[in-house]
Amino acid sequence: MDVLLDGLVAAVRLLLSGDADTWAITALTLRVSLTATCIAVIIGVPLAAAVALTRFPGRRVVLAAANTGLGLPPVVVGLFITVLLWRSGPLGAFGLLYTPTAMIIAQAVIGTPIVVALAAAALRQVDPDFLVQMQGLGATRARALMALIGEARLPLLAAAMAAFGAVVSEVGAAQMVGGNLAGDTRVLTTAAVLATSRGEFALAIAFGLILLFIAFAVNLVLTLAQHREPVRR
Amino acid sequence: MLAVLLLAGCGGPAAGPSAETSLILATTTSTQDSGLLDELLPAFTAATGWQVKTVAVGSGQAIELGRRGEADVLLVHSPATEQKFVAEGATGRRLLVMHNDFVLVGPKSDPAAIRGVAPTEAMARTARSGVPFVSRGDDSGTNAREDQLWAAAGIRPTGQWYQETGQGMGATLRVADEHGGYTLSDRATWLSQPGSLVVLNEGDRQLLNVYHVIEMTTHAGDRMQPDGAVAFADWIVGAPAQQMIGEFGRAKLGQQLFVPDAGKPEPTG
Repeated sequence: MDVLLDGLVAAVRLLLSGDADTWAITALTLRVSLTATCIAVIIGVPLAAAVALTRFPGRRVVLAAANTGLGLPPVVVGLFITVLLWRSGPLGAFGLLYTPTAMIIAQAVIGTPIVVALAAAALRQVDPDFLVQMQGLGATRARALMALIGEARLPLLAAAMAAFGAVVSEVGAAQMVGGNLAGDTRVLTTAAVLATSRGEFALAIAFGLILLFIAFAVNLVLTLAQHREPVRR
Repeated sequence: MLAVLLLAGCGGPAAGPSAETSLILATTTSTQDSGLLDELLPAFTAATGWQVKTVAVGSGQAIELGRRGEADVLLVHSPATEQKFVAEGATGRRLLVMHNDFVLVGPKSDPAAIRGVAPTEAMARTARSGVPFVSRGDDSGTNAREDQLWAAAGIRPTGQWYQETGQGMGATLRVADEHGGYTLSDRATWLSQPGSLVVLNEGDRQLLNVYHVIEMTTHAGDRMQPDGAVAFADWIVGAPAQQMIGEFGRAKLGQQLFVPDAGKPEPTG
Protein backbone atom coordinates (compact mmCIF):
# COMPACT_ATOMS: atom_id res chain seq x y z
CA MET A 1 0.00 0.00 0.00
CA ASP A 2 2.87 2.34 0.67
CA VAL A 3 3.69 2.16 -3.03
CA LEU A 4 0.44 4.05 -3.70
CA LEU A 5 1.43 6.75 -1.27
CA ASP A 6 4.93 6.86 -2.77
CA GLY A 7 3.27 7.23 -6.14
CA LEU A 8 1.21 10.19 -4.98
CA VAL A 9 4.28 11.87 -3.50
CA ALA A 10 6.26 11.18 -6.66
CA ALA A 11 3.49 12.65 -8.83
CA VAL A 12 3.40 15.89 -6.88
CA ARG A 13 7.18 16.12 -6.79
CA LEU A 14 7.59 15.48 -10.52
CA LEU A 15 5.03 18.11 -11.46
CA LEU A 16 6.09 20.81 -9.04
CA SER A 17 9.81 20.40 -9.60
CA GLY A 18 9.25 20.94 -13.30
CA ASP A 19 10.95 17.65 -14.17
CA ALA A 20 11.64 18.11 -17.88
CA ASP A 21 10.89 14.53 -18.90
CA THR A 22 7.58 14.43 -17.06
CA TRP A 23 6.44 17.73 -18.50
CA ALA A 24 7.45 16.68 -22.00
CA ILE A 25 5.54 13.41 -21.62
CA THR A 26 2.50 15.24 -20.27
CA ALA A 27 2.60 17.88 -23.01
CA LEU A 28 2.79 15.19 -25.69
CA THR A 29 -0.10 13.28 -24.10
CA LEU A 30 -2.26 16.39 -24.27
CA ARG A 31 -1.15 17.28 -27.80
CA VAL A 32 -1.81 13.81 -29.21
CA SER A 33 -5.09 13.11 -27.44
CA LEU A 34 -6.62 16.56 -27.85
CA THR A 35 -5.74 16.63 -31.55
CA ALA A 36 -7.15 13.15 -32.05
CA THR A 37 -10.35 14.15 -30.25
CA CYS A 38 -10.62 17.28 -32.44
CA ILE A 39 -10.35 15.13 -35.54
CA ALA A 40 -12.81 12.59 -34.21
CA VAL A 41 -15.34 15.35 -33.55
CA ILE A 42 -14.80 17.05 -36.92
CA ILE A 43 -15.33 13.76 -38.75
CA GLY A 44 -17.77 12.20 -36.34
CA VAL A 45 -20.42 14.88 -35.85
CA PRO A 46 -21.26 15.34 -39.55
CA LEU A 47 -21.29 11.55 -39.96
CA ALA A 48 -23.56 11.25 -36.96
CA ALA A 49 -25.86 13.92 -38.36
CA ALA A 50 -26.06 12.05 -41.65
CA VAL A 51 -26.84 8.78 -39.91
CA ALA A 52 -29.29 10.27 -37.43
CA LEU A 53 -31.22 12.56 -39.69
CA THR A 54 -31.32 11.07 -43.13
CA ARG A 55 -32.91 7.89 -44.28
CA PHE A 56 -30.90 5.54 -46.42
CA PRO A 57 -30.87 1.78 -46.86
CA GLY A 58 -28.63 0.10 -44.33
CA ARG A 59 -28.83 3.03 -41.93
CA ARG A 60 -29.45 0.83 -38.93
CA VAL A 61 -26.50 -1.36 -39.89
CA VAL A 62 -24.27 1.72 -39.93
CA LEU A 63 -25.61 2.74 -36.53
CA ALA A 64 -24.94 -0.74 -35.18
CA ALA A 65 -21.42 -0.63 -36.61
CA ALA A 66 -20.79 2.72 -34.92
CA ASN A 67 -22.06 1.35 -31.64
CA THR A 68 -19.75 -1.63 -32.04
CA GLY A 69 -16.95 0.85 -32.47
CA LEU A 70 -17.53 1.87 -28.87
CA GLY A 71 -15.80 -1.38 -27.95
CA LEU A 72 -13.00 -1.24 -30.52
CA PRO A 73 -9.84 -2.59 -28.88
CA PRO A 74 -7.06 0.01 -29.11
CA VAL A 75 -4.40 -2.66 -29.50
CA VAL A 76 -6.15 -3.99 -32.61
CA VAL A 77 -6.45 -0.51 -34.06
CA GLY A 78 -2.74 -0.06 -33.32
CA LEU A 79 -1.90 -3.25 -35.17
CA PHE A 80 -3.97 -2.29 -38.22
CA ILE A 81 -2.43 1.17 -38.43
CA THR A 82 1.06 -0.27 -37.91
CA VAL A 83 0.61 -2.62 -40.85
CA LEU A 84 -0.57 0.31 -42.99
CA LEU A 85 2.35 2.49 -41.94
CA TRP A 86 5.10 -0.13 -42.18
CA ARG A 87 7.80 0.63 -44.73
CA SER A 88 6.43 -2.24 -46.77
CA GLY A 89 2.84 -1.11 -46.21
CA PRO A 90 0.61 1.01 -48.46
CA LEU A 91 1.39 4.22 -46.55
CA GLY A 92 5.02 3.41 -45.86
CA ALA A 93 6.31 6.16 -48.12
CA PHE A 94 5.26 8.78 -45.56
CA GLY A 95 7.58 7.44 -42.87
CA LEU A 96 4.96 7.97 -40.21
CA LEU A 97 5.56 4.95 -38.02
CA TYR A 98 6.94 5.78 -34.57
CA THR A 99 5.90 9.44 -34.81
CA PRO A 100 3.29 11.44 -32.86
CA THR A 101 1.35 11.85 -36.12
CA ALA A 102 0.81 8.10 -36.29
CA MET A 103 -0.43 8.15 -32.72
CA ILE A 104 -2.86 10.94 -33.55
CA ILE A 105 -4.16 8.95 -36.52
CA ALA A 106 -4.63 5.81 -34.44
CA GLN A 107 -6.36 7.66 -31.62
CA ALA A 108 -8.60 9.48 -34.08
CA VAL A 109 -9.64 6.07 -35.44
CA ILE A 110 -10.44 4.95 -31.91
CA GLY A 111 -12.31 8.13 -31.05
CA THR A 112 -14.40 8.60 -34.19
CA PRO A 113 -16.82 5.67 -33.67
CA ILE A 114 -17.34 6.85 -30.10
CA VAL A 115 -18.27 10.32 -31.32
CA VAL A 116 -20.48 8.95 -34.10
CA ALA A 117 -22.39 6.59 -31.82
CA LEU A 118 -22.95 9.07 -29.01
CA ALA A 119 -23.56 12.10 -31.24
CA ALA A 120 -26.10 10.19 -33.33
CA ALA A 121 -27.95 9.31 -30.15
CA ALA A 122 -27.71 12.94 -29.00
CA LEU A 123 -29.08 14.32 -32.25
CA ARG A 124 -31.93 11.87 -32.32
CA GLN A 125 -32.97 12.96 -28.84
CA VAL A 126 -33.89 16.39 -30.12
CA ASP A 127 -37.56 16.77 -30.97
CA PRO A 128 -37.94 15.67 -34.61
CA ASP A 129 -40.18 18.63 -35.25
CA PHE A 130 -37.30 20.98 -34.44
CA LEU A 131 -35.76 20.71 -37.89
CA VAL A 132 -39.16 21.21 -39.50
CA GLN A 133 -39.71 24.30 -37.32
CA MET A 134 -36.34 25.75 -38.31
CA GLN A 135 -36.98 25.26 -41.97
CA GLY A 136 -40.47 26.68 -41.54
CA LEU A 137 -38.86 29.82 -40.09
CA GLY A 138 -36.82 30.13 -43.26
CA ALA A 139 -33.53 28.61 -42.20
CA THR A 140 -31.38 26.93 -44.83
CA ARG A 141 -30.50 23.29 -44.24
CA ALA A 142 -27.07 24.29 -43.03
CA ARG A 143 -28.34 26.81 -40.51
CA ALA A 144 -31.04 24.42 -39.33
CA LEU A 145 -28.35 21.82 -38.79
CA MET A 146 -26.22 24.27 -36.81
CA ALA A 147 -29.22 25.12 -34.67
CA LEU A 148 -29.86 21.44 -34.10
CA ILE A 149 -26.30 20.92 -33.01
CA GLY A 150 -26.69 23.85 -30.66
CA GLU A 151 -29.81 22.27 -29.16
CA ALA A 152 -27.98 19.05 -28.57
CA ARG A 153 -24.74 20.62 -27.44
CA LEU A 154 -24.72 19.16 -23.93
CA PRO A 155 -24.82 15.51 -24.99
CA LEU A 156 -22.53 16.32 -27.93
CA LEU A 157 -19.99 17.72 -25.50
CA ALA A 158 -20.39 14.53 -23.48
CA ALA A 159 -19.62 12.56 -26.64
CA ALA A 160 -16.43 14.59 -27.14
CA MET A 161 -15.43 14.07 -23.52
CA ALA A 162 -16.09 10.34 -23.82
CA ALA A 163 -13.87 10.18 -26.90
CA PHE A 164 -11.13 12.16 -25.15
CA GLY A 165 -11.33 9.91 -22.11
CA ALA A 166 -11.03 6.82 -24.27
CA VAL A 167 -8.02 8.01 -26.25
CA VAL A 168 -6.06 9.65 -23.46
CA SER A 169 -6.22 6.48 -21.40
CA GLU A 170 -5.42 3.94 -24.08
CA VAL A 171 -1.99 2.36 -24.26
CA GLY A 172 -2.18 -0.38 -26.91
CA ALA A 173 -2.31 1.82 -29.98
CA ALA A 174 0.10 4.43 -28.61
CA GLN A 175 2.64 1.70 -27.84
CA MET A 176 2.40 -0.01 -31.22
CA VAL A 177 2.37 2.95 -33.60
CA GLY A 178 4.42 5.26 -31.42
CA GLY A 179 7.03 2.87 -30.09
CA ASN A 180 7.32 4.72 -26.77
CA LEU A 181 10.48 6.51 -27.90
CA ALA A 182 12.00 8.64 -25.16
CA GLY A 183 11.52 12.31 -25.95
CA ASP A 184 9.54 11.65 -29.14
CA THR A 185 6.51 9.43 -28.67
CA ARG A 186 6.39 8.65 -24.99
CA VAL A 187 3.05 9.48 -23.41
CA LEU A 188 1.81 8.99 -19.85
CA THR A 189 0.25 5.60 -20.47
CA THR A 190 3.22 4.06 -22.29
CA ALA A 191 5.62 5.62 -19.77
CA ALA A 192 3.62 4.00 -16.96
CA VAL A 193 3.86 0.59 -18.63
CA LEU A 194 7.61 0.99 -19.12
CA ALA A 195 8.09 2.03 -15.50
CA THR A 196 6.11 -1.02 -14.40
CA SER A 197 8.22 -3.36 -16.51
CA ARG A 198 11.31 -1.93 -14.84
CA GLY A 199 9.80 -2.45 -11.41
CA GLU A 200 9.52 1.31 -10.78
CA PHE A 201 6.01 1.05 -9.36
CA ALA A 202 5.86 4.40 -7.59
CA LEU A 203 6.84 6.13 -10.82
CA ALA A 204 4.21 4.19 -12.77
CA ILE A 205 1.54 5.20 -10.28
CA ALA A 206 2.77 8.79 -10.43
CA PHE A 207 2.26 8.81 -14.21
CA GLY A 208 -1.19 7.33 -13.73
CA LEU A 209 -2.16 10.00 -11.22
CA ILE A 210 -0.86 12.77 -13.47
CA LEU A 211 -2.96 11.32 -16.31
CA LEU A 212 -6.07 11.32 -14.14
CA PHE A 213 -5.32 14.87 -13.12
CA ILE A 214 -5.00 16.24 -16.64
CA ALA A 215 -8.06 14.30 -17.82
CA PHE A 216 -9.97 15.86 -14.93
CA ALA A 217 -8.64 19.31 -15.81
CA VAL A 218 -9.71 18.99 -19.45
CA ASN A 219 -13.16 17.77 -18.49
CA LEU A 220 -13.51 20.51 -15.89
CA VAL A 221 -12.70 23.19 -18.46
CA LEU A 222 -15.21 21.76 -20.92
CA THR A 223 -17.90 21.37 -18.26
CA LEU A 224 -17.45 24.91 -16.99
CA ALA A 225 -17.51 26.22 -20.56
CA GLN A 226 -20.75 24.46 -21.38
CA HIS A 227 -22.48 25.81 -18.32
CA ARG A 228 -21.23 29.36 -18.71
CA GLU A 229 -22.36 29.93 -22.28
CA PRO A 230 -25.73 31.64 -22.42
CA VAL A 231 -28.30 29.61 -24.27
CA ARG A 232 -28.38 31.02 -27.79
CA ARG A 233 -31.61 31.14 -29.75
CA MET B 1 -12.33 29.22 -23.90
CA LEU B 2 -13.30 26.01 -25.57
CA ALA B 3 -11.76 27.29 -28.77
CA VAL B 4 -8.48 28.08 -27.01
CA LEU B 5 -8.27 24.60 -25.57
CA LEU B 6 -9.01 22.96 -28.89
CA LEU B 7 -6.51 25.16 -30.70
CA ALA B 8 -3.85 24.29 -28.18
CA GLY B 9 -4.44 20.66 -28.93
CA CYS B 10 -4.82 20.97 -32.67
CA GLY B 11 -1.75 23.12 -33.18
CA GLY B 12 1.86 22.39 -32.48
CA PRO B 13 4.71 21.86 -34.91
CA ALA B 14 5.72 18.35 -35.88
CA ALA B 15 8.75 17.38 -33.86
CA GLY B 16 11.12 14.48 -34.18
CA PRO B 17 13.92 13.32 -36.49
CA SER B 18 13.50 13.47 -40.23
CA ALA B 19 13.35 10.19 -42.09
CA GLU B 20 16.68 10.74 -43.82
CA THR B 21 18.87 10.70 -40.71
CA SER B 22 17.00 8.32 -38.48
CA LEU B 23 17.30 4.58 -38.31
CA ILE B 24 15.26 1.94 -36.57
CA LEU B 25 17.03 -0.28 -34.06
CA ALA B 26 15.18 -3.42 -33.08
CA THR B 27 16.54 -4.75 -29.85
CA THR B 28 15.64 -6.78 -26.81
CA THR B 29 13.82 -5.74 -23.70
CA SER B 30 16.87 -6.70 -21.63
CA THR B 31 19.07 -4.04 -23.23
CA GLN B 32 16.38 -1.43 -22.84
CA ASP B 33 15.17 -2.31 -19.34
CA SER B 34 18.69 -2.39 -17.98
CA GLY B 35 19.07 1.23 -19.05
CA LEU B 36 22.12 0.49 -21.22
CA LEU B 37 20.59 2.02 -24.34
CA ASP B 38 19.62 5.18 -22.49
CA GLU B 39 23.35 5.72 -22.04
CA LEU B 40 24.66 4.49 -25.37
CA LEU B 41 22.23 6.01 -27.84
CA PRO B 42 22.68 9.71 -27.05
CA ALA B 43 26.43 9.20 -27.37
CA PHE B 44 25.92 7.51 -30.75
CA THR B 45 23.75 10.37 -32.00
CA ALA B 46 26.28 12.92 -30.80
CA ALA B 47 29.10 11.08 -32.54
CA THR B 48 27.44 10.35 -35.89
CA GLY B 49 24.34 12.52 -36.24
CA TRP B 50 22.10 9.48 -36.74
CA GLN B 51 18.94 9.51 -34.67
CA VAL B 52 17.84 6.13 -33.41
CA LYS B 53 14.27 4.92 -33.00
CA THR B 54 14.44 1.99 -30.64
CA VAL B 55 11.85 -0.73 -30.80
CA ALA B 56 12.37 -3.00 -27.80
CA VAL B 57 10.72 -6.37 -28.30
CA GLY B 58 11.89 -9.95 -27.87
CA SER B 59 14.79 -11.14 -30.03
CA GLY B 60 12.39 -13.28 -32.08
CA GLN B 61 10.21 -10.30 -32.92
CA ALA B 62 13.25 -8.11 -33.56
CA ILE B 63 14.54 -10.60 -36.11
CA GLU B 64 11.11 -10.74 -37.73
CA LEU B 65 11.07 -6.95 -37.99
CA GLY B 66 14.48 -7.12 -39.65
CA ARG B 67 13.28 -9.81 -42.04
CA ARG B 68 10.40 -7.57 -43.10
CA GLY B 69 12.67 -4.60 -43.57
CA GLU B 70 10.95 -2.68 -40.78
CA ALA B 71 14.20 -2.34 -38.82
CA ASP B 72 17.63 -1.25 -40.04
CA VAL B 73 19.84 -2.81 -37.40
CA LEU B 74 19.30 -5.43 -34.74
CA LEU B 75 20.92 -5.86 -31.34
CA VAL B 76 19.82 -9.28 -30.18
CA HIS B 77 20.88 -12.25 -28.07
CA SER B 78 19.52 -15.40 -29.64
CA PRO B 79 22.54 -16.88 -31.46
CA ALA B 80 20.92 -20.00 -32.91
CA THR B 81 18.01 -18.02 -34.41
CA GLU B 82 20.40 -15.31 -35.57
CA GLN B 83 22.57 -17.74 -37.48
CA LYS B 84 19.57 -19.17 -39.31
CA PHE B 85 18.49 -15.62 -40.09
CA VAL B 86 21.86 -14.63 -41.48
CA ALA B 87 21.76 -17.72 -43.69
CA GLU B 88 18.65 -16.27 -45.36
CA GLY B 89 20.92 -13.74 -47.02
CA ALA B 90 19.24 -10.41 -46.31
CA THR B 91 21.71 -9.23 -43.69
CA GLY B 92 25.02 -7.42 -43.74
CA ARG B 93 27.59 -8.04 -41.04
CA ARG B 94 26.88 -9.81 -37.78
CA LEU B 95 29.32 -8.65 -35.13
CA LEU B 96 29.91 -9.73 -31.54
CA VAL B 97 29.21 -6.87 -29.14
CA MET B 98 29.10 -8.04 -25.52
CA HIS B 99 28.00 -10.80 -23.20
CA ASN B 100 26.69 -11.44 -19.76
CA ASP B 101 25.05 -14.53 -18.39
CA PHE B 102 21.75 -16.11 -17.63
CA VAL B 103 20.99 -17.35 -14.16
CA LEU B 104 18.41 -19.76 -12.82
CA VAL B 105 16.67 -18.04 -9.94
CA GLY B 106 14.11 -19.24 -7.47
CA PRO B 107 13.06 -19.26 -3.83
CA LYS B 108 15.77 -19.33 -1.20
CA SER B 109 14.57 -22.69 0.04
CA ASP B 110 15.34 -24.26 -3.35
CA PRO B 111 12.71 -27.02 -3.12
CA ALA B 112 13.91 -28.75 -6.28
CA ALA B 113 17.55 -28.74 -5.15
CA ILE B 114 19.06 -27.21 -8.27
CA ARG B 115 22.10 -25.60 -6.66
CA GLY B 116 25.44 -26.60 -8.02
CA VAL B 117 24.32 -29.03 -10.72
CA ALA B 118 24.59 -28.65 -14.47
CA PRO B 119 21.83 -26.45 -15.91
CA THR B 120 20.19 -29.29 -17.85
CA GLU B 121 20.10 -31.40 -14.70
CA ALA B 122 18.63 -28.38 -12.88
CA MET B 123 15.83 -28.13 -15.43
CA ALA B 124 15.14 -31.85 -15.13
CA ARG B 125 14.90 -31.54 -11.36
CA THR B 126 12.42 -28.66 -11.54
CA ALA B 127 10.28 -30.64 -13.97
CA ARG B 128 10.28 -33.66 -11.66
CA SER B 129 9.64 -31.66 -8.52
CA GLY B 130 6.44 -29.99 -9.73
CA VAL B 131 7.61 -26.68 -8.33
CA PRO B 132 6.36 -23.91 -10.66
CA PHE B 133 8.70 -22.89 -13.48
CA VAL B 134 7.82 -19.57 -15.05
CA SER B 135 8.74 -19.03 -18.68
CA ARG B 136 8.84 -15.88 -20.81
CA GLY B 137 6.94 -17.76 -23.50
CA ASP B 138 7.54 -14.92 -25.98
CA ASP B 139 10.26 -16.09 -28.42
CA SER B 140 12.75 -13.76 -26.77
CA GLY B 141 16.44 -14.61 -26.53
CA THR B 142 15.90 -15.69 -22.93
CA ASN B 143 12.99 -17.89 -23.98
CA ALA B 144 15.07 -19.42 -26.76
CA ARG B 145 17.85 -20.33 -24.31
CA GLU B 146 15.30 -21.82 -21.92
CA ASP B 147 13.88 -23.93 -24.78
CA GLN B 148 17.40 -25.12 -25.63
CA LEU B 149 17.99 -26.19 -22.04
CA TRP B 150 14.74 -28.13 -21.98
CA ALA B 151 15.69 -29.79 -25.28
CA ALA B 152 19.13 -30.69 -23.95
CA ALA B 153 17.49 -32.22 -20.88
CA GLY B 154 15.17 -34.19 -23.14
CA ILE B 155 12.06 -32.71 -21.56
CA ARG B 156 8.98 -31.11 -23.10
CA PRO B 157 7.61 -28.88 -20.36
CA THR B 158 3.86 -29.16 -19.99
CA GLY B 159 1.55 -29.22 -17.05
CA GLN B 160 0.22 -26.94 -14.38
CA TRP B 161 3.68 -26.30 -12.98
CA TYR B 162 4.90 -24.74 -16.26
CA GLN B 163 3.62 -21.17 -16.57
CA GLU B 164 4.18 -19.00 -19.62
CA THR B 165 3.69 -15.30 -19.07
CA GLY B 166 4.27 -14.07 -22.62
CA GLN B 167 5.73 -10.94 -21.07
CA GLY B 168 9.04 -9.28 -20.38
CA MET B 169 11.65 -10.36 -17.84
CA GLY B 170 10.50 -8.03 -15.07
CA ALA B 171 6.93 -9.30 -15.18
CA THR B 172 8.13 -12.92 -15.41
CA LEU B 173 10.38 -12.48 -12.38
CA ARG B 174 7.49 -11.04 -10.41
CA VAL B 175 5.26 -14.00 -11.29
CA ALA B 176 8.01 -16.40 -10.22
CA ASP B 177 8.38 -14.47 -6.98
CA GLU B 178 4.65 -14.53 -6.24
CA HIS B 179 4.31 -18.25 -7.02
CA GLY B 180 7.52 -19.32 -5.27
CA GLY B 181 8.81 -20.77 -8.52
CA TYR B 182 11.93 -20.87 -10.69
CA THR B 183 12.74 -18.96 -13.81
CA LEU B 184 15.62 -18.29 -16.18
CA SER B 185 16.66 -14.67 -16.21
CA ASP B 186 19.48 -12.54 -17.55
CA ARG B 187 21.57 -11.42 -14.65
CA ALA B 188 21.13 -7.69 -15.29
CA THR B 189 17.34 -7.73 -15.02
CA TRP B 190 17.43 -9.96 -11.95
CA LEU B 191 19.92 -7.60 -10.28
CA SER B 192 17.63 -4.65 -10.81
CA GLN B 193 14.40 -6.45 -9.83
CA PRO B 194 15.29 -9.41 -7.61
CA GLY B 195 12.23 -9.46 -5.39
CA SER B 196 12.87 -12.34 -3.01
CA LEU B 197 14.38 -14.61 -5.66
CA VAL B 198 17.99 -15.73 -5.33
CA VAL B 199 20.47 -17.08 -7.85
CA LEU B 200 20.59 -20.84 -7.54
CA ASN B 201 22.43 -21.92 -10.67
CA GLU B 202 25.00 -19.99 -12.62
CA GLY B 203 28.34 -20.03 -14.35
CA ASP B 204 27.96 -22.93 -16.78
CA ARG B 205 28.87 -22.30 -20.41
CA GLN B 206 25.30 -23.15 -21.37
CA LEU B 207 24.19 -20.04 -19.53
CA LEU B 208 26.37 -17.66 -21.52
CA ASN B 209 24.31 -14.78 -22.94
CA VAL B 210 25.89 -13.30 -26.04
CA TYR B 211 24.76 -10.17 -27.88
CA HIS B 212 25.38 -9.47 -31.54
CA VAL B 213 24.61 -6.52 -33.76
CA ILE B 214 23.21 -7.43 -37.18
CA GLU B 215 23.04 -4.98 -40.07
CA MET B 216 20.07 -5.17 -42.42
CA THR B 217 20.53 -4.38 -46.09
CA THR B 218 18.27 -3.24 -48.87
CA HIS B 219 17.65 -6.92 -49.62
CA ALA B 220 15.08 -6.79 -46.86
CA GLY B 221 13.01 -4.06 -48.46
CA ASP B 222 12.88 -0.55 -49.84
CA ARG B 223 13.31 2.50 -47.61
CA MET B 224 16.07 0.81 -45.62
CA GLN B 225 18.87 2.84 -44.09
CA PRO B 226 21.89 0.58 -44.62
CA ASP B 227 24.32 3.46 -44.04
CA GLY B 228 22.78 4.04 -40.65
CA ALA B 229 23.04 0.35 -39.88
CA VAL B 230 26.73 0.31 -40.77
CA ALA B 231 27.31 3.47 -38.72
CA PHE B 232 25.64 1.91 -35.70
CA ALA B 233 27.47 -1.39 -36.00
CA ASP B 234 30.81 0.34 -36.45
CA TRP B 235 30.19 2.59 -33.47
CA ILE B 236 29.01 -0.05 -31.03
CA VAL B 237 32.08 -2.25 -31.59
CA GLY B 238 34.36 0.79 -31.41
CA ALA B 239 36.44 1.65 -28.37
CA PRO B 240 34.32 4.46 -26.85
CA ALA B 241 31.11 2.40 -26.91
CA GLN B 242 32.85 -0.72 -25.66
CA GLN B 243 34.26 1.24 -22.74
CA MET B 244 30.81 2.61 -21.89
CA ILE B 245 29.41 -0.92 -22.00
CA GLY B 246 32.12 -2.19 -19.68
CA GLU B 247 31.52 0.53 -17.13
CA PHE B 248 27.75 0.40 -17.24
CA GLY B 249 26.11 -0.61 -14.01
CA ARG B 250 29.10 -0.10 -11.75
CA ALA B 251 27.77 3.12 -10.32
CA LYS B 252 24.18 2.05 -9.72
CA LEU B 253 24.44 -1.64 -8.86
CA GLY B 254 28.10 -1.96 -7.96
CA GLN B 255 28.92 -4.49 -10.62
CA GLN B 256 29.54 -4.80 -14.29
CA LEU B 257 26.38 -5.77 -16.12
CA PHE B 258 27.75 -6.42 -19.61
CA VAL B 259 31.22 -7.53 -20.66
CA PRO B 260 32.42 -5.85 -23.88
CA ASP B 261 33.59 -8.42 -26.43
CA ALA B 262 34.09 -6.67 -29.75
CA GLY B 263 36.85 -8.15 -31.84
CA LYS B 264 37.19 -11.27 -29.75
CA PRO B 265 36.60 -14.75 -31.19
CA GLU B 266 33.05 -16.01 -31.04
CA PRO B 267 32.37 -17.71 -27.70
CA THR B 268 31.33 -21.33 -27.88
CA GLY B 269 28.51 -22.73 -25.78
